[in-house]
Amino acid sequence: MAIPTGNLKDRLFERATALFAGIVLALALLLFALLVRESLPALKKFGFSFITGTTWDPVAETFGALPFIYGTLVTSTIALLIAVPLSVGAAVFINDFAPPWLKGPVSFLAELLAAIPSVIYGLWGIFVLVPLLRDHFMKPVTRVFGWIPLFKGPVYGPSMLAAGVLLAIMVVPFILSVSREVMATVPQRQKEAVLSLGGTRWEMIRIVIGQHCIPGIFGATILGLGRAIGETMAVTMLIGNRPDILLSIFQPGYSMAAVIANEFTEATGDLYLSSLIAVGLVLFLITFAVNLAARWILTRLVAHASRGI
Amino acid sequence: METVNSPILKITELSAWFGANQVLRNIAMNIERNTVTSIMGPSGCGKSTFIRCLNRMHDLTPGFRLSGGIVYDGTDIYSDPIDPVALRRKVGMVFQQPNPFPRMSIFENVAVGLRLNGKNMPKSELAGRVEQSLRMAALWNEAKDHLSRPGTSLSGGQQQRLCIARALAVEPGILLMDEPCSALDPVSTGKIEELIEELGERLTIIVVTHNMQQAARISDFVAFFLMGDLVELDRSAKIFTNPSDKRTEEYITGRFG
Repeated sequence: MAIPTGNLKDRLFERATALFAGIVLALALLLFALLVRESLPALKKFGFSFITGTTWDPVAETFGALPFIYGTLVTSTIALLIAVPLSVGAAVFINDFAPPWLKGPVSFLAELLAAIPSVIYGLWGIFVLVPLLRDHFMKPVTRVFGWIPLFKGPVYGPSMLAAGVLLAIMVVPFILSVSREVMATVPQRQKEAVLSLGGTRWEMIRIVIGQHCIPGIFGATILGLGRAIGETMAVTMLIGNRPDILLSIFQPGYSMAAVIANEFTEATGDLYLSSLIAVGLVLFLITFAVNLAARWILTRLVAHASRGI
Repeated sequence: METVNSPILKITELSAWFGANQVLRNIAMNIERNTVTSIMGPSGCGKSTFIRCLNRMHDLTPGFRLSGGIVYDGTDIYSDPIDPVALRRKVGMVFQQPNPFPRMSIFENVAVGLRLNGKNMPKSELAGRVEQSLRMAALWNEAKDHLSRPGTSLSGGQQQRLCIARALAVEPGILLMDEPCSALDPVSTGKIEELIEELGERLTIIVVTHNMQQAARISDFVAFFLMGDLVELDRSAKIFTNPSDKRTEEYITGRFG
């Protein structure tokens, strides 16, 4: 035999690893194929109006997913609006201002937030966050600014705002850790260049972030968006579960993940079940696209950085 | 007010530490106005640490400590009311690696210092200052037709001249240069050296180098540092032909370093 026996083991090992990798890939494809197959009845019946339809009525067997898509997008947007400035600010503090003994503990604790099970977030949300927001934010705001559609009452507590705020806390660790890494890659000589021209520390941070960190922070944001869109348990517990499209963020809503979690066990008819799975398919496609975008932006960032600065 | 002939910088008993590690010991020297002074010495002798004291670049370094006096035009730069941000506009700096801002055009790179601290000048004045700075840095002819290209599109030597233009734009009285040619090829190095000689006619330049030939070519004065001590400071001709200290002689004749 031309190939010595030693290489046979290597080849077997190679084949085995390829097999494992193949299984992972096959699982993902299988999952997607299953989602498509099971949602076909609903998609066939409602066509494109499944996505644009605003009525979700299991009794009349009319299923439109727009309220859930809307709820998911609104809560995710609120989450990012809060989480991005918070994370970027915290990352600047940890990198540029915190005394050395504080850097480790702060970033460790912030990243530990990611390890808390989402049902715990949900419980905390129900017992602490919702009453807090209801009594000290939503009620006063709606009293003064209730004429603005976005802040219209009545205030119940569980709402798109509450879910969004909780989501913000949940995605901070992801956005923070990526932003911090991006900022840590900025060469010292770039910071010194600003200082040497008579820049203040604030100007140093502003210029350096503008010059080096915007794509990275954008990538981190998309990563956070991916998490926020898919989050199920905590949102289900806080959003109020009402399948209507309401402009006020103080009103309850419903998200794609939440409707699947809540209604799957009670979905009696075939069309009902198929429609829920179709909601899952939409969710799958959106998160897939978002994660793909994040990947793409981050690789472009790496390519940019390696061109030499 | 000091007279024109008095030294622009008077340094007395300057010592500096990183933590417990003393890196500069009792340095005393005067720097004359509109001269080029080279700070020469083997790696680790404290020469970079020394010039970074002159624009308070160590302020943000944890564990850094310094004693002694650095008097710039009659003012102790480490005394209480001195704002390091304002000081650094008077004492500019060029670094070892060219460090233009990657997402700024050539024009913006030069203008960036003029826009700091909320300052705003009319567009025409800004353009004039940018042109003047690029001319002073001998980059105008090469760059004038593509001022809107990114600063990083230039070659290494051009980038370093861009950084010099950027530092000159804020009109400093002193320009510190920390081994400005060590990342450059011989041709670019020659251009920067020529530029240093030219600029030395109208502003005070302090250059760190471990290249003796370079020090001999460009400077009026040479300071020789060894292990945190200032061994000798004299006219460059004197240092290279007839040094007073035996250690200087050993260094320039290549016995160590």
